Amino acid sequence: MTSTEDFASVADWATDFDHADPQYNRNAHAIWAELRGTCPVAHSERYGGTWLPTTHEYVREIAYDTENFTSRGVVVEKSLPLEPAPIGGAPPITSDPPFHIEARKLLLPPFAPKKIEPWEPEIRKLCNGLLDAMMDNVAQGKPIDAAADYAKRIPVNVIARMLGFPLKDEELFLEFVHNVLEGIDDEPEIRIEKFERLTQYVIAQIEDHYANPRDDLTSYLMSVELFGSKLSVEHVGGSIILLLIAGIDTTWSAIGSSLWHLANNPEDLARLVADPSLIPTAVEEFLRVYAPVTMARLVAKDHDFHGCPMKVDEWVLLPFPAANLDPLVFPDADKVIIDRAENRHAAFGLGIHRCLGSNLARLELTVAIQEFIARFPSFEIAGTEDDVVWSVGQIRGPREMPIQVIDNRI
Amino acid sequence: MAVSGIVIFMKIHVDAEKCQGHNRCYALAPELFDVDDYGNAVVIGDGSVAPELEDRARLALANCPEFAITISE
Repeated sequence: MTSTEDFASVADWATDFDHADPQYNRNAHAIWAELRGTCPVAHSERYGGTWLPTTHEYVREIAYDTENFTSRGVVVEKSLPLEPAPIGGAPPITSDPPFHIEARKLLLPPFAPKKIEPWEPEIRKLCNGLLDAMMDNVAQGKPIDAAADYAKRIPVNVIARMLGFPLKDEELFLEFVHNVLEGIDDEPEIRIEKFERLTQYVIAQIEDHYANPRDDLTSYLMSVELFGSKLSVEHVGGSIILLLIAGIDTTWSAIGSSLWHLANNPEDLARLVADPSLIPTAVEEFLRVYAPVTMARLVAKDHDFHGCPMKVDEWVLLPFPAANLDPLVFPDADKVIIDRAENRHAAFGLGIHRCLGSNLARLELTVAIQEFIARFPSFEIAGTEDDVVWSVGQIRGPREMPIQVIDNRI
Repeated sequence: MAVSGIVIFMKIHVDAEKCQGHNRCYALAPELFDVDDYGNAVVIGDGSVAPELEDRARLALANCPEFAITISE
């Protein structure tokens, strides 16, 4: 567990920000608003040099510019990734053109809407099972943890089943996710050692699939061809690591943040309970305001970006959630309007790296909220905001969130 | 709009270069947009929009994160 003391305190968010400081995610909206108004591209010497654009225009421009920015590194850390462009360590998220689209085309079909829609009954059943397990505590008037015991459990279960990995290993997946996405302050040798455990686990699963092929994503990746031959073990393993890491923390955060909003805004909760047909529109607004994912790029060549002297191998954070709160693009950007009809948000990114799992994430988020509020039409944070633990790093969402159920329908 | 007895429909168009498969149009106006095997949007038929679906077409346009949809009238 990382403690606050591990971080040198941030003196100035414009010149010395650290997105792994616990204060960053807790106060992200205020930090971005401040920077957007004064210094739209912040810089920090940390992690070997990191830039942070905060306007929709700049985030969009960088997302579309694959010449000056490479996806070889997408998680800011103290050392540079070992694997070179254009493939990178976890294709296609770490890949650049022209290789990128070829690797992406292999993974798009299994995540297309019509392949994801049939998962809905399974996800609904899963949510209800998790809610059932909370009923003892609810009956006794005790708080429940909607982040750790609900939001977190949904994506980890679904992706394990899609990959054909043992469901008993869910805790292990969560540990891997934590190491990769939140352990960014670890020294490089510790980080490499932790990553090696994940790699070895995935290789063991691939070997098991060689011995026992089955109808799942892992077997699919082992069977498809790219440029006339099957994928290398490194490519299969890297793509599996991508699916495992990218699918869990992110959706967990989106579900958790949406429930956090409803716990704090009883009028919005009551409105959705009274009219569940509004939930899909509300989900888009939650995705806009509480977009969980900040991506990253590495500067590919020295260049001037709107007056910022960007140097090769410096990191650039791509805070899609900050772009989503830009008042130049969204009227009343800082207000949560659950029936906002026009919502061009960038929660799933912009350009060629649009989140591959967005259809699955939307489905999980929508069903998770539908079932939670159908069961608990009235709830609030148990205790104070200090009792909510937020993540650290590029994925933003509540990790622990005690909820007091006020009214329930069993 | 009727011109010399010919009804001219609003037309929608998806720029395949810009579309990245967010699927907002397919979710908001499935009468007008479909998705291919990769999850990218395609217009249904020749993209003509029946008058009662014009609002849906505008809604889809206004929700496309990549500005990939255009409307001609």
